[in-house]
Parts: sequence; C-alpha cells; structure tokens
Amino acid sequence: MGGSILGNRVLRKEDPKFLTVGGTYVDDLLDEPLLDGALHVTYVRSTVAHGVINSIDTSDALAMPGVRAVFTGADFGLEPVPSNFNPMVTRTLLAMDKVRYVGEPIAAIVSETREQGEDAAETVIVDYDILEAVVDMEAAMATSTLIYDSAPNNVVFDTLVLGMPDNTGEAFLAGCEVVARGKFLNQRVAPCPLEVRGAAVAWAADGRLHQWLSTQHAQGAHGPIAAMNGVDQAQVRVRTPDVGGGFGAKIGIYPEELLLGPISKRVGTPLRWRETRSESMMALGHGRAQVQHVAIGGKRDGTVTHYQLWAIQDSGAWVDMGAILAPFMTRPMASGVYAIPNIECRTTSVVTNTTPIVAYRGAGRPEATAAIERAMDLFAREIGMDPAEVRRKNLIPKFMEPHTTAVGQTYDVGDYETALDKTLTTADYAGWRAKQAERRARGDARQLGIGVSVYVEITGGVGSGEEAEVEVLPNGKAVVYTGTSPHGQGHVTAWAMLASEQTGIPIADIDLVWGDTDLTPVGSGTMGSRSLQQGGNAVFVVAGQLVEKAKSVAARLLEANENDIVLDKDAGAFHVAGTPALSKTWADIASAEGGISAKDNIAVPGPTFPFGAHVAVVEVDTETGKVRHIAHVACDDAGTVLNPMLLEGQIHGGVAQGAAQALLEEVRYDSDGNPITSNLADYAFISAAELPSVTVVHMETPTPRNSIGAKGIGESGTIGSTPALQSAVVDAVSHLGVSHIDMPTTPEKVWAAIQSAR
Amino acid sequence: MIPAAFDYKRAGSAAEAISLVSEYGEDAKFLAGGHSLLPLMKLRLAQPAVLVDIARLTDLSYIRDEGNHVAIGALTRHHDVENSSVLRQHVPLLAHAASHVGSPQVRHRGTIGGSIAHADPASDLPATTLALGATYVAQGPNGTREIAASDFYTGFLESALAPDEMLTEIRVPKTTGATWGFQKFNRRAQDWAIVGVAAWRRGNECGVGLVNMGSTPVLATSVASAIAGGASVADAARLASEEAEPQADMNATAEYRRHLASVLVRRALESQSA
Ligand SMILES: Cc1cc2nc3c(=O)[nH]c(=O)nc-3n(C[C@H](O)[C@H](O)[C@H](O)COP(=O)(O)OP(=O)(O)OC[C@H]3O[C@@H](n4cnc5c(N)ncnc54)[C@H](O)[C@@H]3O)c2cc1C
Repeated sequence: MGGSILGNRVLRKEDPKFLTVGGTYVDDLLDEPLLDGALHVTYVRSTVAHGVINSIDTSDALAMPGVRAVFTGADFGLEPVPSNFNPMVTRTLLAMDKVRYVGEPIAAIVSETREQGEDAAETVIVDYDILEAVVDMEAAMATSTLIYDSAPNNVVFDTLVLGMPDNTGEAFLAGCEVVARGKFLNQRVAPCPLEVRGAAVAWAADGRLHQWLSTQHAQGAHGPIAAMNGVDQAQVRVRTPDVGGGFGAKIGIYPEELLLGPISKRVGTPLRWRETRSESMMALGHGRAQVQHVAIGGKRDGTVTHYQLWAIQDSGAWVDMGAILAPFMTRPMASGVYAIPNIECRTTSVVTNTTPIVAYRGAGRPEATAAIERAMDLFAREIGMDPAEVRRKNLIPKFMEPHTTAVGQTYDVGDYETALDKTLTTADYAGWRAKQAERRARGDARQLGIGVSVYVEITGGVGSGEEAEVEVLPNGKAVVYTGTSPHGQGHVTAWAMLASEQTGIPIADIDLVWGDTDLTPVGSGTMGSRSLQQGGNAVFVVAGQLVEKAKSVAARLLEANENDIVLDKDAGAFHVAGTPALSKTWADIASAEGGISAKDNIAVPGPTFPFGAHVAVVEVDTETGKVRHIAHVACDDAGTVLNPMLLEGQIHGGVAQGAAQALLEEVRYDSDGNPITSNLADYAFISAAELPSVTVVHMETPTPRNSIGAKGIGESGTIGSTPALQSAVVDAVSHLGVSHIDMPTTPEKVWAAIQSAR
Repeated sequence: MIPAAFDYKRAGSAAEAISLVSEYGEDAKFLAGGHSLLPLMKLRLAQPAVLVDIARLTDLSYIRDEGNHVAIGALTRHHDVENSSVLRQHVPLLAHAASHVGSPQVRHRGTIGGSIAHADPASDLPATTLALGATYVAQGPNGTREIAASDFYTGFLESALAPDEMLTEIRVPKTTGATWGFQKFNRRAQDWAIVGVAAWRRGNECGVGLVNMGSTPVLATSVASAIAGGASVADAARLASEEAEPQADMNATAEYRRHLASVLVRRALESQSA
C-alpha cells in the first residue's frame, strides 16, 4: 500500500508547458475561430490628473490609417454608475465631463492593428480646464477642491460612519508609563503582474457574447458583463485563458473590459484589447497607500497595554476595493499577535487624483502588521528592551480554541511563541546580534541590522465555501471543475493531488477546468489566499462523495453489498473486502454509467488565521545609505501543508514582494499628479539579484475550519517580510540615533536619516 | 510603448550605412544594438523616419592589441568587451565596467559604439573611456577623423559626431602597471547608475570619470590635479564634483549625488585591483 500523496513535494504538472511552449494567454488566442477578423481597441487616456473636459475632438483620429471607429462616452450615452463600495460616488466608464487621474480612459479607438490604434490615439484632442490636482491623501481632507461633489472633504469611507467608535486621542493613553508615537507611510505600490490586462470579445451568430479575460474571477465578471450588454447572464460566456499573475489587481472588472462588448456590437466584428506596460502602470489598480498614525503605550517592564491606530487609506480616484481594505482588513487585524487589552482603531478612506487602489497581495493585512510591528519596535526602543523580547512578552499565549482580540476579531488557532522561537533559533538571532555589536564597536562603515516580525493574518475572508465537481470519464481519467481560478499558484497540481488522494486516480490522469462560466458557473475565484482552504477543500470532499457514489455502482456490478466494497487506491479499483481478484476499475464504473460525477458546494465555517515570524538581516552602508538584504528566515504556518514545494514557492514570491515594498518599490507622482514611475525602469520592481536565498522554517498548526486543515499561504510571505525588512534597516542605524525610516528605505532616505540624527 | 512607423534599411557595409544616412538626412538614424534608441522610440521620445541597421557589420566587431593601445570596433557588444582577454589583461577597468552594463540580455545586444555615440551621461562606458583617455574614430562621407574622448561630449545626448558620421573604432590606452576601481551605485543590479565612478591610478597619475553627474559624462580633473600634487586620496576625493553639475531626479537630489561622488571616488581610487 503506497502512502498518501498529500504533503509530498509533487512537481508542478503545469510547468512543462509553461517552460517549453509557454502558456496561452488572452493575446495568444490566435486560433480561436470566434475571433477571426478581430479588430483592436486602443483607449485614449487622460494626460491630466484633474480637469473638466470641455471637448473631445476625434475627427483626426477617424481619418488615420486603419481606423474603423472612435467612440466617446457620449456616443454610447454612458450614464454615471455608482461605486459598489460607496453608491454616493458615481462615474462614467469613459470620462465625459471630468477626468480624475492620469490614465483614465476617455475614448476608444477601433483599428485594424494595434500600432494604428496607438498612432490614432495620439491625434485625439481633448480640451481641459485644469483643476488643482489632489495628490496627497492627508492634503485631500484639508483642501476645498472636491474630486466628487458627493464626497465632502474627499472622504469616501470612514469607520465612524459605520458606527464604530472614534479614537479618543491623548485621553486613551493617560495611564501609560511609556508611550511611543509614530506616523508611518505604507506607500503605494504597483502589482506589476508579468502579463498586463487583456481581453477579447466576440458576438457569436447565435447572439451569445463570448468574452475572454485575464482575470482572477471570471464568475465575478459574468454579471457585470451581462448587465453592461443588456443581456441575460446565460447569453454571456466568460472564459479565462492562462493568466500571468494578478496579485489582487485582476479580481474586479475594469471599464476597458466592460466596454468591449458594446463596442464590438457597434462595429460588428470581434475585438482584442491588450494594454501596454506603460498603460498598465497607470490604469491597473495599485495597492497599499496608507498613512498610519500610531500610539503605543504600556509599562516599563515591557507590557503593552494600549494601542491606537488611525489609518488613512488612499482610495485613488475611484472608490474601488482599496477604499474598504482599511476598515475591513486592517482594522480587524490591528491587534496582530499581541494580547493588548485596550485598542482603538479608526480608518478613513479618501479619494485623490491618482490611480484607483485595489486589493494587492495581503490587501489590508500587511498594513495592519506593518503598523503594529513598527509600533512594537518603537516601544522596545523607548524602554531599551530587545525587540524580540518585547514581542515575546506580549504574545497571545498558544490557543487551540477561538480567541477574540480587543478589536473584536476572533482567530481560529495560534501558537505564536513557537513560531517566534523557531525563527530566532534558525536565524541564529543571538549570533547576528553579536556580530552587530562587533561592527558597532569597531565603527564600521557597513553596519548590520536585524529585524523581527511576528504576524497573524486573515485568509479565506472572501467567500463562505466553494463549488467543485469531480467527473470520471469512461476511459478512467478524471476532470475536476473548480470555482477557484489559478494564475500562477499551482492549482492544476494541487487539486489533482486532492482528487487523487480520494480516488486513487494518478494525478497525470486528472485535468482541471476553471474560469469558464459555461463549465464552472459558480465560483468565488482566487483571492485572499482562499483557494486551498475553500476550493481545494471542496475538491477533496466532493472527490470523497464520488468514491461513495462509485462504490454503489461497484456493488451493483459485483453483485455485492455496498458496505462491503472498498477502494484499492493503488490499483484505482473497487472490490469486495477480502477478494481483490474480482474488481472494477474507475473506467469500468464510469463506462457502466456513461461517466460518473459528483458536484457540491462545500461550505466552511469561516476564515482562517495563518501566522508566523520573519527575521531579516541587512547590511547598511552608512556612508551611502545603501541597503543589502543578506539573510531572511521565514516561518509561515499555513496549517496542514499539501505540497511543500508549492508552499515554498508562495513564500519565496511573497518575501520578494515584501522586500520590494520595504526596500525599493513606490509609485510616485509629481505635484501635478503626473505619474513618474510608469515603466519598469523607473519603477524599481525587484529582481533575484537584490534578494538573498530565503530559509523557510516549516510549522503546521492545522485549522479546524476545513477538512484538510489548510490555511492560506499566498500572502503570508509578503505580510511577515515587509516589517521585518524595514525594521532591520532602522535597526542597522538605530545606534546612530535613527528610530524610523519610511518605506521604501531607499539609499538617500537612509543617508538623510543618518545625517539628521547626527 | 509602440513606436511610430518608420522605414528600415539594412546596411551591408559602413560606407553603405553612411551613404544611406546622408541620403535621408536628419530623419535617419543608425541602429546598432537598439537598446537605447528603441526604448526612446517606444516612448515616442524619438521618431526617426528611417533606421539604418548596422548591427550586422561584423567586420566592425573586434578587439585588437595595437601595442600601446587596444582598438575596439564600434559594433562590439558589451558582452564581448566584458569577456575579452586582451582587455582583461591590458585595460581591465573597461572590461569590468562593461560587465556592469544592464543585464546579460542588454550586454548581448548593446554595442560600445552605440553607447558612446548615444552620449548618455548615465551610461557607464562613455565616462569609463573618458577616464581612460580614449580616442574615438569617426567615418563620414568625406573620410575618417579621430576625436579625443575629452572633446566628444558636447551636451545631453549630444556629441561631436555629425548626423552622417559613424563611430567605427574606440582606441583605449593600456593601463599597464595601474590600479583601477569601478564604483557603480544603483538601486537594482540591472539599473543605470545613480552615480558611477571609473578610475585608474599609476603613482601620482590618475584618471577619474563620473557617470550621471551632469548633462555629459564628466572628467574629474580636479581630483587628478590634486593627486598629481601629492594630495591624499581622501582629500582629493572631496573635489570629486568640482567639474560636475549634477541634477536632481527621482532617485537622488543634487546634494546627495555630490556626496556619493566623493565617497565613490575615494573607494575607486583606494581600490587595489590591478
Ligand atoms: C534595460 C536596459 C538597461 C540598460 N542599462 C545600462 C546600464 O546600466 N549602463 C549603460 O551604460 N547602458 C545601459 N543600457 C544601454 C545599453 O548599454 C545600450 O546598448 C547602449 O547605451 C547603446 O548601444 P546600442 O548598440 O544599443 O545603440 P542603439 O540603441 O542602437 O543606438 C543608440 C544611438 O546611437 C546611435 N549609434 C549607434 N551606433 C552608432 C555608431 N556606430 N555610430 C554613430 N551612431 C551610432 C544611434 O543612431 C542611436 O542614436 C541599458 C539598456 C537597457 C535597454
């Protein structure tokens, strides 16, 4: 009897294709008959951050070579549509009377080639009355310039309006022996999926609309596309080809994608659209963008008793998902891993004349973690205690029954001290501290910094379960249908492992179908680290149901009692217990039934709370401010591990993106709201050369909230690494008098911090 | 991110390339590795009507030991400069500098001639060849001429080359017996320098070139004079920005650039690489 396939380092089934011929992304759908004769769409975008549109002159563009049509919002009679997150705020999908950020779409050009579209876009003349650009989120609350008339002070979401208590200012901290305060910027970053956005549409002869989309959630796009085109959802088929990354920014559907159906209807041909990288940097949603005012108070012995956070969330120029991350993701996680009896947390989301903020890897939890972890470091510094020690002293003790924090969030299970200890030991924390002391004593130009973070996050917060179908074909091979939507994670392998574990069908014989609203109409997509705990769990449970169903067929075929039938997973065959010679294979059973399948929607009782600890070590050149990330140890407890290789891949990528935010990446605008980081030369997207090899510490504390014990792993690496890195940089120069440096800790910022501390 | 339309001509020889460019005049551009020109075209900051491709002129890709100097064909790729045994032996500073240009992909496409002709103050090889006292050979419709590196860079992305002149060869004096240092300060391994320094030193004689410290590559002559006058490296390095007029951009203020230049010049001159 072979052992379980679960928990093994199974190689990714999808990789031979990606590594040889490559994936089939939306732009590669060249053999799709429905897209024969497709024309190309190019969007004309605003070149000003804030302005009133006086006129849009498309006549020159219409005369350009290869141009078939040019549409403005007026041509479609577009009406203002309300935001899903604040219905008071409305916009038209193509800007008509006002533009609110550089990159906002204004008109659509339909041309024979993409190149012609780009040429024609340059000839559209938009006449603006320029308005003051509101770029800074705190300034946005103070200025009299309103981006939306319906949003006073440019505030679009506030926990006070939700009825949550206000922060009480200084009074809150009155009884504390020690108080440390800080103002932290959790800067705006760009998700930068390697595949930018793209889509294709065709109206078939039968009147159905087909849309291919580079998305994380085809089912979520289904309704909006149908509504946009004024047809029933059944008249629309959304399909997801291979997707080259999303990181949260491809969860929602964008105006450029929604408009393709109506444009195609008008011009009477199928259409393709793919943005360029420069467009993507301006018009794909950005992430993070919070200013955090924190105060932390407690006793000189290291006990933290009070924590107050006011998080101001930049929502960008639209009220997209970004606006609700602070109240619904940051606030609930404010307490982090610590038993802090008194917590106040208010969040305020504001609009600015910048690219809209959406969910980005971690989405609200990295911000919560960064705030409390930086606050812990400030507190440790204030009382002169080692940052690891202060953390240990305040950790919530190990709990295997749900635990509720002072902000009212309930966590499933946690063992934070073990995670911290394992990480400190593996990293040789004491050894690094000794080396650091030597360099400090010598006054070396290159100093060492060690940063510690301990975190807990929330995963599977989206969706309350997932649908799965497992079908065995008459040839004995299986097809799994899932409502989740892989775009790099490895579901093809992972879901096959789960189905194989139950059925004994080899993973090579199990295919996965996703992201097609005809074949998988129900699904919550892949986001918020939910896939395995909800989608994988559903596959596992439903595959088990299928085995039971197959047993009854086997019983019939073998003329035996169903209760006596067992599945020999090694042989992939059913027989009566004790008489393996007489058996029925999956192919026998599926043939007898003309195919056999099980389908169900498997609910989970709630989200899970992965946790862990990271230690980052950096070397800082104090003469230049340059930071080198030289060691990183990550312990990310995601519950029961299905495939350690997939887990490590998620951690490595997560640490890379976390390090990128801590050290390098920042989307920047000039004071007029012009983006100055709209390509990958100016935007400091991290590469392997800037990263150390990451040491992964394994730890598994299963959650009781699903049948496989799994929590999310997709975002943890980002959440734990960012504050560890930032704190390491500060730590390297803390003996020179520096207590905080905002992210990204660029060389000039580090150098300037040293200069001003001297 | 999509260039405007242009015509493409492939030249079979230097002479043909020059006559094609003369024929089309101001609207024509030589295309070598394309790694500076094509990004500008994609951003529509350059819109030449005709590109004359010289990348396949393999007879202009060579590295030759010419006794007291090394001659490098203008179409030699950065990768070949980096790995040349002649350069590693006689002008190791240049081979090393080439190894810091962009990424492997960039080094396999970009050419030393393109890099110098483009005259980007942020590029590594213009400042390095300037520090080394190189001579550039240009060929035009009326024959060839030699231009000293110190006379070549006339402004931001501007050089002494006439539009129909082609750079054909770079002559670099050997640095026998010298120590050298190359300091490239950037954010990411593949990035351009925020500030860079190429320096060699033989006793009291030295050459120091600065990358991205103004609108042209800069020869730090005050540093060289101070060293010649017997100053310590630390003291001389303080004069690093004397000839420079650094500008602020999103990566650095002018003040920070000046500070970096001093630190990097000191480190480059202290380097014991030989
Ligand atoms: C991602 C990236 C990173 C880079 N990083 C760096 C870096 O870190 N450091 C660095 O120094 N460079 C860097 N570069 C630039 C690279 O080195 C270029 O290859 C080089 O600057 C130009 O050489 P080329 O052969 O590509 O020239 P092209 O782009 O083909 O031409 C550049 C200009 O020079 C002209 N030209 C070319 N050859 C000749 C000639 N023989 N005679 C007359 N005129 C000529 C062309 O008409 C054009 O105007 C980078 C480029 C990229 C794309």
